[in-house]
Order: sequence, then structure tokens, then C-alpha cells
Amino acid sequence: MAMLEVTNMGHNFGGLRAVDEFNLSIDPGQVVGLIGPNGAGKTTIFNLISGIYCPTDGEVTFDGQNITGMRPNEIASLGLARTFQEMRLWRHMTVLDHIMMARYSKFTYGLIGAFFGTPKRIREEAEAKEMSYEYLKLFGVDQYADDYVTNLPYGAQRRVEMARALVTEPKVLFLDEPTVGMTPEELDDMIEVIRGVHERFSLAIFLIEHRLKVVRELCQQVKCLNFGQVLSEGTPEEVQDDPKVIEAYLGDTKAVV
Amino acid sequence: MKVPESIKTVFAAIRRQVTGAPLMSWLFGVLVAVALEYVVGYPLARALGLPKVPALFGLTLMLKQPLLIPSALLYTTIIYVLPVGLIAKFSDVLGNAIAARLLKLPFVVTVMVHLGMLYLVFHLWTGVSDYRLVTLKFMLIAILLTLSLNLINGYMGEFSCSHPGFMALGAYTASMFTIGLFTDNRLLGEAVFHSPLLGYALFPLMLLIGGAVASFGALIIAIPSFKTRGDYLAIISLAFLFIVKSLIENLEFMGGPRGLSGQPDWATLPMVFSITVAGVWIMNNFVTSTMGKGLNAVRDDESAAEAMTVDTRAVKMRCFLFGAFWAGVAGGLYAHVIRYISPADFGLTKLAEILAMVYFGGLNSIWGSIVGAVGISALSEVLRPLQMLKWLCIPLLLILVMIYRPRGLVSFKEFNLRKMLSPRRTKV
Repeated sequence: MAMLEVTNMGHNFGGLRAVDEFNLSIDPGQVVGLIGPNGAGKTTIFNLISGIYCPTDGEVTFDGQNITGMRPNEIASLGLARTFQEMRLWRHMTVLDHIMMARYSKFTYGLIGAFFGTPKRIREEAEAKEMSYEYLKLFGVDQYADDYVTNLPYGAQRRVEMARALVTEPKVLFLDEPTVGMTPEELDDMIEVIRGVHERFSLAIFLIEHRLKVVRELCQQVKCLNFGQVLSEGTPEEVQDDPKVIEAYLGDTKAVV
Repeated sequence: MKVPESIKTVFAAIRRQVTGAPLMSWLFGVLVAVALEYVVGYPLARALGLPKVPALFGLTLMLKQPLLIPSALLYTTIIYVLPVGLIAKFSDVLGNAIAARLLKLPFVVTVMVHLGMLYLVFHLWTGVSDYRLVTLKFMLIAILLTLSLNLINGYMGEFSCSHPGFMALGAYTASMFTIGLFTDNRLLGEAVFHSPLLGYALFPLMLLIGGAVASFGALIIAIPSFKTRGDYLAIISLAFLFIVKSLIENLEFMGGPRGLSGQPDWATLPMVFSITVAGVWIMNNFVTSTMGKGLNAVRDDESAAEAMTVDTRAVKMRCFLFGAFWAGVAGGLYAHVIRYISPADFGLTKLAEILAMVYFGGLNSIWGSIVGAVGISALSEVLRPLQMLKWLCIPLLLILVMIYRPRGLVSFKEFNLRKMLSPRRTKV
């Protein structure tokens, strides 16, 4: 059985059918891409699986456990991490604090530890700090550890965000347009970063992307979404050449040729 | 605003003279100054033609009787400025050596020594006048209140208006225990225990119970208002404040609108001082832990916090209850300093006062809360002779702070005790 299994998931925003009959199965170590025009419902699917919205119908199972309707922090603690299209870093926190915060559910010192600074808290925080530095080094942003995220260059902010998601030790990583707004050089760097974490942590990755280059280089399987429905799925090449996909993006097929 | 060049040079020169002094030397200087005042303050004041020892460094006096300005300035210079300045300047080597030596021992020793010195300063300073004693106690209580509200309004970024309500819950609960159990009272009957010593020893426990009751009140607000974010909390908490107030007004056995008086005089300076220090310590521990920083994550982006495994609902709930707890404790202390409470004490005026302290001092900062609490209470004491004009000066000041420092004077500043108490780098 697949690690993440989504069956017949659907969601309504009032009268609008935002997602319809969505099926997905991701095996450990697999990289799956999700493409589609703006407003197709890609991010909604992310939000549904990661618990920000609760699906109107359908079911999501992760690691054999039904996670439909669980709270986002519970789902994240189970090992499903995500990044956001608009990054959503915390403005008033340092880079190091970002990474340590993602260890939140692993801390066991409780309120007593927080209030009185018990040895247990000191030990756990020190461990988390050490681990955070490791991840910061891995993503090449350790020199910014004590800076506020808003002062970092854009590419570095993206890396911090990814480090933050990975330090939760996920089994599946959801990436929502990780290369949005990047220059071609930054784009190549980011592809390398994603490939690196995929190999190093043997992660499964579910990726939303607009740039076909990224999808072609990274994904084994791609789904194309339009108006909440899957238009086409298969290997990147198959999907790319599917006339329905071309039509969804560009309108008339003849115009492309 | 341009500062004239000459003044700048003078300040720079002064700063250069004393930057080498660690906090240790400063504290020692102040200690000598207050000891000096304790011994020769009164005769000196008489000799300078002052009616009594100037309570707040002569500032109030200057506003009240402008003719005495030179004498008051002279007094403050002789008693405070000269000893503190000279000692800070000449004891820097010794002070640095002692501070360095202390740091080799466990850190708690350093903290205890400094706190001991600070307490001694307070003790001697308030030994001269009762007015100072009460003012200082109120300031310390204000620090607790400001900090606990800063947890909610600053660190968590919600807007809570119910702090006086929590204070009232704490104040009335603690008073019911102390008056009901340890004193003969018209309303609450005869004393159950006749040992004031026992009562004094149990007083912190009663404050804790008061805090717990305030937390319980907070729970009632928290359940409906933390389902979503937004202005709900502000409205619900304001409603709660009015509910608490009218509830107490209508409970005759607690004195109703006439209030409750006759609290035993147990909120002594050591008691208020140690509870305030404990409160600041615990709250500082909380906000510097990753668990407490979860508050900032929730404030800056709640969805991101949830996606990073932070249990946002629990974080918000805990913080709110925790803030309310300390407001309750502060309320209990307040009741026993003033020794008379009535529902009118815990109204919108009080709310405005605490909010002013929080926003004046600075959001998301322990330092800011201390600065805000001390600053606003000191100002409202110093400006007392201006009477009605006082209520023009303080709001005006607040407006200026909001224009030039929108987040308050010292916002987003971490409280680094170790750095503060360390010896200063020696001059080259």
C-alpha cells in the first residue's frame, strides 16, 4: 500500500466545486508533480491534504492512518511537511528560531520546563539547536542564523523555508511552487537543492510547479489539473504532449504548432 | 530633531568616562547614594531650605514650587549624581574584577548578588518616606501587570481588554482569604486563625489561588474567542471586564459597590519585590523557550506555525491563561498594598493605564514592559502637581511615542541577563 493515499477527495467553496474526485497515491521516495493553470485548485489540494481545509468528501490516509479532518499540526507531526507558495516566514524571528520552532512537537519538557528552565528543557533545546545548525549548514544558510528572515536575500529565504519544513523530519514533503520568482541561476540551484534532499533523506515529494523544466528534471509522475479535475497524468513527457493539457494552458491546439 | 553639537560632545564625554563600569559598579554607586540619603538626607534638605526630603529626586517639588528648583537640583546632585557618577567611574576596575570572579561561580550566584543589592537599594530608598514605599510597590506591581498583558498583546499579537477584570478576580479572591481567615471583619466574620505570622507565610499561596481564579476566568473567555483570529478577543474580553465588574458590584457579601477593606498589611516590600522578581523570571523563561516563541510564530503567521507542528490552539490558550494568572497575582498584591478595593478600581481607567504602559514601553519585550511600567507610573507621580494638565501631558507623550516609535520605546528586545551582568570590556 502506498504511503500517502488520497481517494475521491472533493471540496466545495460554497457553490464552487474547487476540487473534484481527486485521487493520488505516493510511494516512499517517489516524486510526483502537480501542474495546471492558475486557479486550477493545486494549492487547494495541498491545503486539503495538509489539513488547513477539511475535505467535503473523500478520504486521505497517510501511513495507514486516516488523517481526514485532523488538525494541520497533528498531520505535520505525523511526517507530512509542506512549504508555502508565499513562503510564510515569521517576520520577527531569527533564522535559527525558525528552524528550532519546527521541532516544536518533539519537545517534551512541557509547561514546567518552559516556566522554570529545568535541566530537561536546557538539554532538549540544546539538542534542537545543534540539529538546527546541521540543517542550516546543509542548506548553506548557517551564516544567517542570527539574522531576521526579512533581511535575507530571496533565494536564502526559500532555503530557510525548506530547511524549516525538513527539520520536522517528514516522510513526505509538499512543495508549493518552490521556484516562483527565481532567476534561471537560482532555479538551477533550487533543483539541485530539491534533488539533494530527496536523495539524502529518501523523501517522497509532491510538488506544485509552473516551470516545466523543474517538473521534467525532478518528477517521475505528473498530474495536470484544470478546474479542480485531473486532465491528464503520466510521465512528464506524456503529460506535456497531451493535447488536452496544451489546450488548458494555451487555448487552441493549432495555435501552438 | 537636531541636538546641538555642544550638548552632544558633553554627553559623549560623560559616556566615555563611565562606559567601563559594569552593572555591579552602578548598583554599588546607587547603594552608596541611597545610604548617604538615609543618613544625611533630612539635615541636608533642611539646610538647603527644602521642606522635606525630595521624594522623587525633587522633580515633583520643582513643579510644585518653582522657587525651590536650585535647592532641589543641588540636593539631587549632592546625594545622587555625584556619588553614583564618581563611584561608577572609579570602581570600574574593581567592579569588573568582582563581576568576572562571580561569573566563574554558578550564574545564579551572580543574579542573587545583584538582586540582593537591588533590594538593599530599594529598602534604603524607601526607608526615608512612606510615599516612596507605596509608589515603589505600585511600580513593581505595574511591572507584573504590564508584562503579563504584553504576553497577550505583544508576544501573541491578540488584543485583550480584560486585564483589570483578571486583576479584580485575583484581588477579591486573595482578599477573601486574608480577610476571611485571618482578620475580624464586619462582612466576613471573625478570624479563623489568630496567627498573623501563619497568614503572612501563607500569603503567597493565597495570591496563587487568586491567580488561579483569574486563569479560570480567562478560560471562559478563551474557549469562544480562540476558535478564530481577529477582533473577537478584544470584544469578548471587554465584555468580560464589565461582567466581572457588575458581578462584584452586586455581590453584597463581598462589599458590593462599597468595596472591601481591612486587608492585612502583608504586601510588604520584600514580598512585592520577590514576587515581582519571580514573575519576571518565570515569564522571561517562558518567552525565551521555543515553546514560548511559538507565540511569535502564531502572531506572525498562524498557518505556517500549524504546518510546522505547532499546536496553535494550545499555545494561544496557555499564553492567555498564563497572562491572566499573573494579572490575578498582581491584583492580589495591589489589594494588599492599598488595603481597600472596590469594583470601581478595576474599570476602564485601569485598562487604559495598563495598555498605555504596554504600548509606551514596547511590544514583545521584557525590557519594554519594565520601562513602560516604571516610566508611566513615575510620570504620573512626578506630574501630579500639574493636576488636570497631567492628563494632557501623558497622552501627548504617548502620541509622540506612537508617531516616532510605533511599537514602543524598546520593542522586540531580548532580555539578556548574562550580558547585562557581565564585566564590561576594559578600555584600551
